[in-house]
Parts: sequence; structure tokens; C-alpha cells
Amino acid sequence: MASRNISVSETSRPKLPRHTKLKFDETRQVWVILAPERVLAPDEIAVEVLQLCDGVRSVAAMVDQLAEKYAAPREAIATDVVAMLQDLADKGFLTEARESTA
Amino acid sequence: MSDTLADNKTASPGPNAAPSDGLAVLESRRSAAETYGIPLAVLLEVTHRCPLQCPYCSNPVELDRGSTELSTEEWKKVLSELAELGVLQIHFSGGEPTARKDIVELVQHASDVGLYSNLITSAVLLTKDKLSALADAGLSHVQISFQGNEPNVADRVAGLKDAHKKKLEVAKWTRELDMPLTVNAVMHRQNLHQLSDIIQMALDLDADRLEVANVQYYGWALKNRAALMPTIEQIEETSRIVEEAQARLKGTLAIDYVVPDYYALRPKKCMGGWGRQFFNISPAGKVLPCHAAESITGLEFESVRSNHSIAWIWQNSEAFNRYRGTGWMPEPCKSCEFREVDYGGCRCQAFALTGDAGNADPACALSPRHEEIFKQAERESAGTQNRFLYRNFAGGTLESNDHQDKLQDNPNGA
Repeated sequence: MASRNISVSETSRPKLPRHTKLKFDETRQVWVILAPERVLAPDEIAVEVLQLCDGVRSVAAMVDQLAEKYAAPREAIATDVVAMLQDLADKGFLTEARESTA
Repeated sequence: MSDTLADNKTASPGPNAAPSDGLAVLESRRSAAETYGIPLAVLLEVTHRCPLQCPYCSNPVELDRGSTELSTEEWKKVLSELAELGVLQIHFSGGEPTARKDIVELVQHASDVGLYSNLITSAVLLTKDKLSALADAGLSHVQISFQGNEPNVADRVAGLKDAHKKKLEVAKWTRELDMPLTVNAVMHRQNLHQLSDIIQMALDLDADRLEVANVQYYGWALKNRAALMPTIEQIEETSRIVEEAQARLKGTLAIDYVVPDYYALRPKKCMGGWGRQFFNISPAGKVLPCHAAESITGLEFESVRSNHSIAWIWQNSEAFNRYRGTGWMPEPCKSCEFREVDYGGCRCQAFALTGDAGNADPACALSPRHEEIFKQAERESAGTQNRFLYRNFAGGTLESNDHQDKLQDNPNGA
């Protein structure tokens, strides 16, 4: 089962839960997040970060990638990305890939 | 029944939602002045057949018979057309949607055309295999109605033996299949004392959301108002319990609360305003501004079986335009400063209580009928009339006096 109440850090490997879908809405020409009883419109940056949330990549790796792409200070990017992902997680739109316990 | 994306709930993320995640609710972006954009979510009532006999059934008093229901191919065509129009989410509802033998096929088709699907179910007809097949077909969310937190009250309200036990089982399977679960609890005088336990039940079931919805009194529910109307003390206690739980369970269980409008001073903005952001399609294919709209006599509703497209019906049909915006309003709505806040309240309630859907909703304190109706409801809430008039295709069955002993499987249902 998807875990709730996850705490996002640089070692997290977040992903969208099965029931949350990120898709481009052709009619309205915006990206949307589809979730139970909710349709949300993430901004450009949120979309970019969410597309990196594949359950394999760590938050640290995402931050590295974004810092390089935007030639921005890594620390500032890390703070923003962790805060944004935590907020998404609190709302139930992100879950965390689990270590295999088998 | 869910008033999806309508805003008579206290917990929906509105324009005030925390902005730190860079998310905006798409609804709130839309200008009130734009021509009516196609709704984000559409409710499909694929059948009116249902094994439950709830006394507050929200389906219209005249039920569509099984023989009039849209065929599998007709529903698939509807789903494809809705996806093309830009609808994003589909709620499969009823009646009991799983009473349709083709429900898995319909969910699969919704997935195939890119729609996000939600099943609003009583759960009592589901097997583990069927639920698993629905998950495989791409079902993204399950909403199960509960009538109480234990079988005595719950089975009695549902009018079906062992219904509660079955619901608990299906809720457990839903989470095992890793689908998000919403518990829908419809509340009234005879189960409000269980609210705290229902919240705990939702937690124990590992639900993601809980909808606490007070009964809305039109259609069949109006026939049972005397047996269902809560007291004002109960309502105050309910609000207190919900607010406490919302704060305590933030991040664990989202609780949406649909307030009872009889005890309010201002009416609800029903459906987000008539024809503004919601439509549903009835079992026989009528495109309706609200699932209770057929209770309003004298309005003609267009069907998907007509020569018109769904987009045309939404934009141009007489029934949608009759109460759209504010131009139709008489006083006291016409000059009211809140006319674009609540759009005059609920048309179905105005019709049911005043005989004219064009009147102000009597839930509003400014309605000339408000005082009289409120007083009547208050008298009913203090009364001792607790027998239900059950809802079924046989035209209704009055609960026997010794209801607890006589409860039997519904002979008139699906």
C-alpha cells in the first residue's frame, strides 16, 4: 500500500501514487494532476519536478540536475524542491518508493 | 452521492489553498464571465437499479427502468465524446453502478480514452475478483457508502441484511489493491450519534477521505424528512466533531463536510450554480444540470440519444439555460448582493418546497417561506416518527414496526 505522511529529504525517492496522474490537458493547454475528486494545475516548475519523480531518482539527484540546468545555487534549489515535494506529499499526491524488504 | 467539485463543502481546496506547492485549483482560474467551459468531471448514473433501499435516496422519484438504460455501446460513445470535449474525470454512479454487467468494460473504455475514473458504490454486489478486474481496467478511486458504523443501524437504514459487513470487506479489498478509498457517510437524525465512530471506522479502514454529508431533502428523502431531520443540537455537535477531527487528522484523513442547509441562513451554491460547472447523465441518457433535476416538472431535458452533441446540450439546451446566471431571478434574489455567491441556492429544493423552481431556495433566510419551513423541520426533528419509507422499484415500502426482526433481503432491487 502507498504510505502516507512521508517526510521528504534529499535521500527520498518520491513518485506519484498509482491513483495520481500527471497529464497534459489538450483542451485547456495546461498540465493537470488528476487525483480523487481533485483536478489541480501545477505550475511549470512543479511539472518539471514532478516529471523527475520516478521512484528511482533521489531528491538529491533532482536538485543536482535542476541546479545545473538553471545555473542556480544548489542550496536554494534544494530548499525549494524539498518544500514543494513535502507539500505535495502532505496532500497525498506523492508517495515514496520503498526499499525491497524481501 | 458526491457533489463533485461543487463547493458546498468546507474542506475543498479553494482559492485559499496553500500556494507553496505551486498548485492552483483549476476551477478557481476560470472567469465567471467566460462562456460555460466544459466541466472537469462528469457524473454518469449508469443505472438506477440498486439492492439498497435507503430512505434518503437521491435518485429522482421516477426511476429509469433497466430496459431504458443506455447500452454498453451507447455509454462507450458517451465516454469517448466526453474525453474529446475535455472532461478529465468520470464518476460511475447510480443506483448501484456494479449492477451493470458491463461495468468493467465501461471503466476500461474510460481508461482507454484517457479519463480518470471513480466508482461510487454501495459495494454490496462486489466480489474480490470483480474489484480486482476493475482495478486492472484502470479504476483510480473507490467511494463506498456507509449507513452507520455497525450493522444494527447501518443495515436498517440500507434496508438490506448484512450490507454493512459486506461494505467493510470491500473497503479492505480496495486498500489491498492499493486503490484510494473514500468513505461516504450520509448523516441524519437516526445515525448522527455514530459520527465519531464513523470517523474512527474510516481511519481503521485506512481511507484517504471521508465525506460527511447531511441528507439533502428533495426527491425521496423529502418523503422521509420527519424520520430523518436532525435536531439543531445534533447539527451543532456534528460541526464540532467534524472540525475537531479535521484538525486532528490533517494529512491522514481528509474530511469533506456537506452542511445541512435547513439550519443555515444562507443557501448552498448548489452544483456550483445551475449549468456552470457540473452535469450528469441519467441511466436513460438525459443530460442533467444536477442528479435531482428530473424532479422539476415542466423542464425538458435533452438526451444523448438525440441528434444533439453533448457539447451542444450543455451550451444551448433550454433546461441548462433556464436557470443559468442571474437573469432568470425574481426578488429577493434579483437585487441580492449574494446573487453571484449562491446563485439563488438549489432549484430542486425551491421546486420541492414552493412548487416553483424559479423561486428563491427556502433555505435562504430572505425567502418568504424560510421561517415556516424551518419551523416545520424543527418540529419534525423533535418528533417520534422514526419509521422509514424505503426506496425501491415497488414504489416504496413502509418499514414495519418491528423492523429489527423483519429485515430481509430486498426482493425488489437489482
